[in-house]
Amino acid sequence: MFVKLADHLNQGLRKLPIWAVYAVGLIWPVWLFYLAATGAMGIDPVKELEHELGELGLQALIVGLAVTPLRALTGVNLIRFRRAIGVLTFYFVAAHLLVWLVLDVQILSEIWKDILKRPYITVGMAAFVLMTPLAITSNNWSVRKLGPRWRKLHKLVYPTAALGGIHYIMVGKTWEAESLLYMAVILALLGWRVHDSRKKQRSRAIHRGKSAKPA
Amino acid sequence: MAYKNVLKYSDVTPKADYMNRRQLMGGAAGLFAGMAMGPALAASKYSTDATPNTFEEISSYNNFYEFGTGKDDPARHAHQLTIDPWSVQIDGMVDKPGSYGLEDILAKVSQEERIYRFRCVEAWSMVIPWYGFELNQLLNMAGVQSGAKYVAFETLVRKEEMPGIRTVNVDWPYREGLRLDEAMHPLTIMATGIYDKPMPKQNGAPLRLVVPWKYGFKSIKSIVRVTLTDKQPQTTWNMLQPREYGFYSNVNPEVSHPRWSQATERTIGGGLFAKRKETLMFNGYEKEVAGMYAGMDLAKNY
Repeated sequence: MFVKLADHLNQGLRKLPIWAVYAVGLIWPVWLFYLAATGAMGIDPVKELEHELGELGLQALIVGLAVTPLRALTGVNLIRFRRAIGVLTFYFVAAHLLVWLVLDVQILSEIWKDILKRPYITVGMAAFVLMTPLAITSNNWSVRKLGPRWRKLHKLVYPTAALGGIHYIMVGKTWEAESLLYMAVILALLGWRVHDSRKKQRSRAIHRGKSAKPA
Repeated sequence: MAYKNVLKYSDVTPKADYMNRRQLMGGAAGLFAGMAMGPALAASKYSTDATPNTFEEISSYNNFYEFGTGKDDPARHAHQLTIDPWSVQIDGMVDKPGSYGLEDILAKVSQEERIYRFRCVEAWSMVIPWYGFELNQLLNMAGVQSGAKYVAFETLVRKEEMPGIRTVNVDWPYREGLRLDEAMHPLTIMATGIYDKPMPKQNGAPLRLVVPWKYGFKSIKSIVRVTLTDKQPQTTWNMLQPREYGFYSNVNPEVSHPRWSQATERTIGGGLFAKRKETLMFNGYEKEVAGMYAGMDLAKNY
């Protein structure tokens, strides 16, 4: 029954055009910006917008990381959308960074001081730097050009996710439940990959007729 | 463009008028405990002439972890709090220890408006027209003994009415403290209202401390206990993260928080495009309070 449900879902998802995912994703931060600018985001719109965009980036990152385990565990296939999810993640995080630069800190000299002196900002910036080559190479030409190195390069999303989660925890004044929950989900998704690759290694070893365990 | 309020509160309601209204209301009812004192028609010399934030801004953007850690949690949950009856336990090194009913306290002190700058350690700021009385009046009422050096404060802990007590990981009650000279300083007040309204529960009703030259978390809310002591008391944020929050926590643009700069502040109410403002030493109260810290290394005693 569960398999059937996944089939139904996959059939439905096939009808969803990828451009629709891009469209919603592109408009979303613009909408948030509009809310903040018109006073619909409360008393402290700078912090709120910054926070909303950062959280959106983490959420998109988590959805992107969930694609593979979701397919393996439930059969639901979102792989068609993964590039869009990845590109949008970068877009959300870039918007988050831009709000911080332009609307929050504002002063150029302070920005550099903050990046170098404040660990939570250093960590956040590191995550952004790691994401940048992924965004640049998210086109067919790069996939062809880089070949197997493309897959290797895009494994950078794992440290990016971990750094993003750490950044969120460090922003809080205390240990906040919400950021810890994000971190737990990220660690679970990364942990699944470690587990999965070990499993594959073992079965490969068995296929080659060797013992799964080192002697 | 961002909306910029150029009107002062006094432009909307002339001060003499709302002071009179307060007097009328006060005359009408001792029911509104705390509002009933004779009004001082002249503005306090301690008030700033900066434009205060709106009542709406002041009462919907709060840090009061007993009601949750979100800025809007206190406004959402604080209505559950019962503030009547209210009494304050005054103990330790005082001549007359005991439980002081709020109405008895308010009958003996003289209250006035104090418009103060308010600077949060999170680098945002407001201007708030408090209504209240100098803490030294309360301390003198209880009779401070000669050996006392510090004043410790505690916030109410009431699980049934304060959801944050159950969900936020803090060693309750919320605790704060001042050195005795800081506590006796005329700028230090116990506030009972904002504008001409009784203190909103999310702002620390019915009685809260306001120490305008220190970061906001020092201004402890909904106080139920005041203790005079000769030892520096434990304070909640210092217990949580001693490296980030010191006992003094004076506003100081030159000493940054380990995780962010304190050199500038976001002024609440300025909208999305508001310019940051330079933070002032002792939040602009340097002339009044700097003498108390003469010779102290403020980078060490943060």
